[in-house]
Amino acid sequence: MKNCLKVLRAERDWTQAQLADALDVSRQTVNAIEKGKFDPSLPLAFKAARLFSLSIEDIFQDEADTM
Amino acid sequence: MSKQEWGKSSYQERNNSNCIALRNWTLTWVLTMAIASFAPRFIWDFNTVLTIIAVLINLGVGFKMLIANRDYLRGLDEMQQKILLEAMALALGVGLVVGLGYELLEDIKLITYQPEIPHLVYIMVITYIGAVISGHRKYQ
Repeated sequence: MKNCLKVLRAERDWTQAQLADALDVSRQTVNAIEKGKFDPSLPLAFKAARLFSLSIEDIFQDEADTM
Repeated sequence: MSKQEWGKSSYQERNNSNCIALRNWTLTWVLTMAIASFAPRFIWDFNTVLTIIAVLINLGVGFKMLIANRDYLRGLDEMQQKILLEAMALALGVGLVVGLGYELLEDIKLITYQPEIPHLVYIMVITYIGAVISGHRKYQ
């Protein structure tokens, strides 16, 4: 699953640690999600969507759809 | 949110607090295990009542350690939980397979000494640590 978390974070000038704090997860988890190495659960995806005031689909895209 | 508004996260604080509680209960459990193991022989000359009390205290503290471990796991985020739970599952599986195989070696006379529980614990601990390191590297 691809995502634009890194871009959204950079637009707000947040560090990974700050985003991790806002999502109540570790910085390592934010890093793994940004790199596409870990797919977040639905509750965490909703939390990220609420934080950025976007829909889940705006942040996370299924790689099969983008091919 | 400005950078100045960000302090130490609640996640970190919760994690540190749970980690300290787990460390303290683990150390206490090790201490009570040592007392239950050595005190009957070296301190109270196998007094049955004192030995039973020491064993019950060890079991009680062990139970508290398990609760502290549960709280620590619940306090972690989903990726950290996944890494630790996968490591525990692997350690349990390796412990079962290697433990039964090790026991079999003595039964079929391939080894002459009695298999000991601590050997199995060493294998499980090494497997667990290796799996945790591997899990963290996988998601780096």
